[in-house]
Amino acid sequence: MADLYQLSSASLDALFAALGADGRRILAPTEADGRSELNPVTRADQVAKDYLQTTLSAKETVFPKVERLLSYTLAPGQVDLVDAEPTVTPTVLFGIRPCEASAFAALDAVFNWDYRDKFFNARLEQLAVIGLGCTRRDDACFCTAVGGGPGATKGSDILLTPMAGGYLAEVLTDKGRAIQALAPDLFQPSQGVDKAALLAEVPAAFDQPALTAKLPALFDSPLWSEQSLRCLGCGACAFVCPTCVCFDIQEEADKTGGRRLRAWDSCGYHMFTLHASGHNPRETQGARWRQRIYHKFSYYPERYGQLGCVGCGKCTRACPVDMNLQEHLVEASQVNP
Amino acid sequence: MELREKAKQLLESGDVKAVLGFEPGTGGVRRPAFARSAAQAEKLVFDGEQNLASYVTHKEVKRLGRVAVAARPDTLRALLQLMGERQIKEGDLLPLVVDADGQVTELPSGEAMEEYLALSAKELPAKDRELLDRLGNMTRQERWDFWQKELSRCIKCYACRSSCPMCYCGHCTMDCNRPQWVPVPSHALGNLEYHMVRAMHLAGRCVECGDCGRACPVGIPIHLLTFNAEESVHAQFGQRAGASAKLDYAMSTFRPDDKETFIR
Amino acid sequence: MSEPNIYLPHLMRIAKITEEAPGVRTFRLEFVDEAAASAWTFQTGQFGLYSAFGDGESTFCIASSPTRKGYIECTFREVGRVTAGLADKEVGDIVGFRGPYGNVFPIEDWKGKNLLFIAGGIALPPLRSVIWNCLDLRDWFKDITIVYGARSVADLVYKHELKEWEARPDVNLLCTVDPGGETPDWAGKVGFVPLIVEQANPSPENTVALVCGPPIMIKLTLPVLAKLGFTPDSIYTTLENRMKCGVGKCGRCNTGKSYVCKDGPVYTLAQLNRLPAEY
Repeated sequence: MADLYQLSSASLDALFAALGADGRRILAPTEADGRSELNPVTRADQVAKDYLQTTLSAKETVFPKVERLLSYTLAPGQVDLVDAEPTVTPTVLFGIRPCEASAFAALDAVFNWDYRDKFFNARLEQLAVIGLGCTRRDDACFCTAVGGGPGATKGSDILLTPMAGGYLAEVLTDKGRAIQALAPDLFQPSQGVDKAALLAEVPAAFDQPALTAKLPALFDSPLWSEQSLRCLGCGACAFVCPTCVCFDIQEEADKTGGRRLRAWDSCGYHMFTLHASGHNPRETQGARWRQRIYHKFSYYPERYGQLGCVGCGKCTRACPVDMNLQEHLVEASQVNP
Repeated sequence: MELREKAKQLLESGDVKAVLGFEPGTGGVRRPAFARSAAQAEKLVFDGEQNLASYVTHKEVKRLGRVAVAARPDTLRALLQLMGERQIKEGDLLPLVVDADGQVTELPSGEAMEEYLALSAKELPAKDRELLDRLGNMTRQERWDFWQKELSRCIKCYACRSSCPMCYCGHCTMDCNRPQWVPVPSHALGNLEYHMVRAMHLAGRCVECGDCGRACPVGIPIHLLTFNAEESVHAQFGQRAGASAKLDYAMSTFRPDDKETFIR
Repeated sequence: MSEPNIYLPHLMRIAKITEEAPGVRTFRLEFVDEAAASAWTFQTGQFGLYSAFGDGESTFCIASSPTRKGYIECTFREVGRVTAGLADKEVGDIVGFRGPYGNVFPIEDWKGKNLLFIAGGIALPPLRSVIWNCLDLRDWFKDITIVYGARSVADLVYKHELKEWEARPDVNLLCTVDPGGETPDWAGKVGFVPLIVEQANPSPENTVALVCGPPIMIKLTLPVLAKLGFTPDSIYTTLENRMKCGVGKCGRCNTGKSYVCKDGPVYTLAQLNRLPAEY
């Protein structure tokens, strides 16, 4: 159950100061050269004024692009292993969108099912999310088709919705209440604010449950190779995606020792599934494109009970050749098996 | 004849199995489009930015059969360079050029492409020329700092490599682990070494289309590295990538009258 | 608070190296840490990730039987960076091992049944674990038949054990090489494995079949078994896929909704038929 408050724009600096005094780093979208990315801030005026989405996602805070898993020293006949401890800075993500906030659950599903990943968990534990609802959307957004929305609260510890003079603030979780407790005076009682009226309208672009039910029958459809003819097979979509979590493990060493690093990887690369024998289970870009769709919309829900996509549209915006995911999904919804 | 008409004609006659051009995409942006039927040819436009020559080495495109390619000058240069490097044969493709009035001319041979290119001098876009000059006027330290800052944002997605028509190697240097020439992860060394190696592999081969810089999702002007390598080769050896289908590649040819003395 | 690091391997000392065939070796590995050695167990069918420190990790089945304590064995062919690094090692050297991972062959379910093992070339190692496990519990099972073939006599692995199985009266071993792969003194069969299986005409009655081999062998053997009357539920195989984490997170081995490293590598044919053919 959310507690409703109002936070004035003028009080953000005080809130940031309180967070800083509590030893927390604040990451917020900042603008440079016409694009916005998450960067450390200390003042409200550093936060990008009129941004929709950052290019890269917030997953970097819990799943960095490079992470040391272990290291070792080598001597003749001897190996000494050194466990790695992730360096974690208590962090507050300020101003990420509801779609991105909801993505952490999808990451958690992979990192903690069965075996628990200590690196992800150490970072997630020290992370709090102050989300920001959306008053506008663009052609790439489709959150409402995948169970989200411009004011969805899933994944946020506090959700702010922009309104006259500041924000409606919903304090949602224990982490959110702990933030509120750092500067309780800033959270004024809320007076009958119609949250829905403040938010962008995002009609659902397609019937996702119907598509998910249909995908098994579409596996051998020529649709996937047709859609992917212009795909370049790069990793941009997977890397900017807040739910994509596939990774590589790389060894870097010399005769005296080495380290094992985790790095982002993408199922779109042809080497992702390549066997040493030369056999490749996903030989064509069409098969790899199909995997992207199916992993997010068929295998994930079957396995984890949630989708592997939050409809943020980052993939579409980042793609050099405009592989518009929403468009492709709508097409798949309409094609006959 | 206009592009759509020409495309329909080529597809209906069976002369080509696909026409590669552009179509309107999200928010009006142009994206590559494959027209495989007269109906699909209806959506073709010519004013996209991507260098469509990247597609002619994709096996999924090769499997389609003979392909017509809507080609700007940098696309033609890339196609000629690919011919010189024996990645495509003349007959595999039909480049189509579109003039200011929208009229289409077929350039079915390497010779026709070279003649067409000779009609206008190659010029870098003003913005890129200005950036290159600015970089050139920096001190080495300033330039190093510039690239360190830019490359720290690189996530090693390889959009730059994938969008480049000259990066067609099935087993790229980056894919090699015996030995691991370049570290895979996106740390400082992994980023720097990748881009340095790529710039060196493109010296003398880069047609300066700028696709790599446009493709970068985080907005690194990475095209400036390969442009600079290309301009260097031109300044020192008088060559330009994609000038002809007959390769006379300075970086892999030795002549007794080469000006360097170290090899004698 | 710190959770365990699931990517941290055990250190293993190489106790024995056997050259099985050109490019193919078996390592016998012992835990460096004796506490780990006594606490650690596995079940047949499971695999691990073996480290050549300095090169990386590679995935092999555990080729020894869980009934044999104090060591594990793996058999690998030198094909790439990591296997080349392993192949360079000598007795006494240290390698890494993470495991056991994956699911198991449900041998308890097969009590009272006949077992038919069909393997080709370098794919015998995973079945070898099961074979020894079952031979060490011999009275659980009825007839045990092994059909094993390789391209040539030199390519047969576990040559010494083949002789042991041949000599046992409670095992029916049919060993074969591809036509042209026989030597003048070869006393076994000549012919591709699927053909030898067909000629052996095993009864599907109360029988479980385990098939492991290169894709082409599996592709040609499954129709033979179907023709003989084996049902998809009674045929088991073990899959390989490119792996990195081995614990169902990195996504590489994902086939349909299945992770080969978690829901596999052991699958019945019935289960395989429900997965997309991306393996």
